[in-house]
Amino acid sequence: MIELLTSLLAITLRSGTSLIYATIGEIYTERSGVLNLGIEGMMLMSAVTSFAVVYHTGSLLLAILTAMAVGGLLASVHAFLSITMRANQVVSGLSITLFGAGMASFLGQRLGPETNSGYLVGLVGAKFEPLNIPVLSRIPVVGALFNQDILTYIVYLVLPLAWYYLYKTRNGLNLRAVGENPQTADAMGINVGKVRYIYTIIGGMLVGIGGAHLSLSYAPGWTENITGGRGWIVIALVIFSMWNPARAIWGALLFGGINAVQFRLQASGTNIPASYLNMLPYLATVVVLVMLTWWEALSKRVGAPSSLAKSYMREDK
Amino acid sequence: MRIIFEKRKSMSRKAMFLVPAGSFLISLILTAILLAIFKANPWATYVAMFKGAFGSWPNFTETLVKAIPLMLTGLGVLIAFRLKFWNIGAEGQLTFGGIAAAWVALFWSPNLPQWTVLPVAILMGMLAGALWAGIPALLKVRLKVDEVLTTLMLNYVAILFAEHLYYGPWRDPKGFGFPGTPPFPEFAWLPRIAGRAHMGLIFAIVLAVVIWFILNRTRWGFELKVIGNNPTAAQTQGIRIARNIMIALLFAGALSGLAGVCEVTGISRRLQQGLSIGYGYTAIIVAWLAQLNPIAAIFVALLIAALLVGGDQVQMMMGLPAAMGLVLQGMLLFPMLAGALFTEYKLRLIRSPKITDAATKQEQVAT
Repeated sequence: MIELLTSLLAITLRSGTSLIYATIGEIYTERSGVLNLGIEGMMLMSAVTSFAVVYHTGSLLLAILTAMAVGGLLASVHAFLSITMRANQVVSGLSITLFGAGMASFLGQRLGPETNSGYLVGLVGAKFEPLNIPVLSRIPVVGALFNQDILTYIVYLVLPLAWYYLYKTRNGLNLRAVGENPQTADAMGINVGKVRYIYTIIGGMLVGIGGAHLSLSYAPGWTENITGGRGWIVIALVIFSMWNPARAIWGALLFGGINAVQFRLQASGTNIPASYLNMLPYLATVVVLVMLTWWEALSKRVGAPSSLAKSYMREDK
Repeated sequence: MRIIFEKRKSMSRKAMFLVPAGSFLISLILTAILLAIFKANPWATYVAMFKGAFGSWPNFTETLVKAIPLMLTGLGVLIAFRLKFWNIGAEGQLTFGGIAAAWVALFWSPNLPQWTVLPVAILMGMLAGALWAGIPALLKVRLKVDEVLTTLMLNYVAILFAEHLYYGPWRDPKGFGFPGTPPFPEFAWLPRIAGRAHMGLIFAIVLAVVIWFILNRTRWGFELKVIGNNPTAAQTQGIRIARNIMIALLFAGALSGLAGVCEVTGISRRLQQGLSIGYGYTAIIVAWLAQLNPIAAIFVALLIAALLVGGDQVQMMMGLPAAMGLVLQGMLLFPMLAGALFTEYKLRLIRSPKITDAATKQEQVAT
């Protein structure tokens, strides 16, 4: 039993890591008032480029930096369209996803070595290996926390830091102000556009790390559609964590946990339809969304940035 | 010198035409650069894509096959978008339409006169799509729950439910483990017109004209316009916003449901994996590029379908990934989205910095 729990937790964390990075990224983006539905495309692009880099250079650090750059770059396209050009954020985000998915598939057939006629599929490169932390990793169940790769360990640090930055620093306050009420923030002397740009791009970089974790650790290598819809799950997780980075862990554990349980069920040949299990997180998100809205209607603040997906134009005042 | 955006008094007609045309040109140029970087001849690629989509009658009918679901879902999305209801759920509504049609074709057909099976399947499919759109619509008008997220989440519920059916209880026992239901009986097949292109094409074109008429020539269409453009004005005029949103969304869902019915009864003739290849999301792009005009949506859907079919052809003929079609779609949207601003705003240069300086000084004095 204890062994089962330990392995479930280990798989949960492994599949949850990429989700947590991307969720924190999107929380920051949405907190500034920008809705980015391009995560799926951004994760695919960073997964393919980071794997290409690691394959050709062998450097995992360089691969992660590439993923961050690619995620940031695509996010800046979204930022330009939705902040500077005041485009519809839903459509802009979707077009990032379309473009990213198409481009990633294209690059997967072009960035490989000549010997493989440009294909990356099926190649093996360096990957993040689990690092055992002595003593801690041998504790039953909890030990699973300390038998992960370095990106997961970094997540343990990022989670509290992201929370602290958002709620306890001046910059975090400004960020929340911009997402909440850009007019007031502007009057307070905050440059609304600049803040939105910064956090959309930072968010994109974190999403990039999430994508890289897939191709460098969780499912090493490049396969078409490696994300399998994770980019959309992230959108759900942001709501699930009520725009609070510290809570991103619970949603990621739930989604990752469902993955892990399925893994087990399939292995044991149990007959619970996997589809129903898979549906749970999405249904749960709808329920959470309904409850949040109802709760907010009772004027209890839960954290949804009120100007989410609305562009801000000074001249319109 | 400073650049500011100034709101136009009315939408610029010139910009409404120039922006899409310019965007198309820019996207061709951007993609050509991309192709050249990866040592593919852009001109040859475009020619191959064009030939793949329109070059021969069989190819053209395949373009129509892909265009039909895009037209129907595009119309559904467009109606919702007119009300500023961001319906991202066409994918799920389409899936539920397909499920309902399969249910009728497989399990009701033994008890129904044969000639009624197809009409009943169509009606049930539209009803299922409408119900699936009705859930987020009801949540929105009753509880103000954000529709972008609910429609998106319900897509996955619908797709997973369909998966459950054709992997589980509805799976074809003679299918050798193939994820799909048994084939429908022949009287449940939607008649085909040319190649694999089916009756759905006629439904789509007729509906586009009907919707154009409703939106532009009827009292209800006018009410929808007011709600979309200015909800406050709608309220003061006594237009019932909640009721209108509900009706419009049920209608929109029915259209996407019909797309699902057409796919399962016209193309695959069974419910199987890959019912939708993202038509519901592409529909948003169709609606957007058509600038929410139903007639334009028919042509835009055809264009996007040509990109998809052309992409497949390019893969076969030039060894380029079929995903080129998606890349082109993205490239088409970026300049389009950026340009949309110019239909409502114009750029103005403020040339004399002295005046602005003086103005700020005055402000400072005043405070």
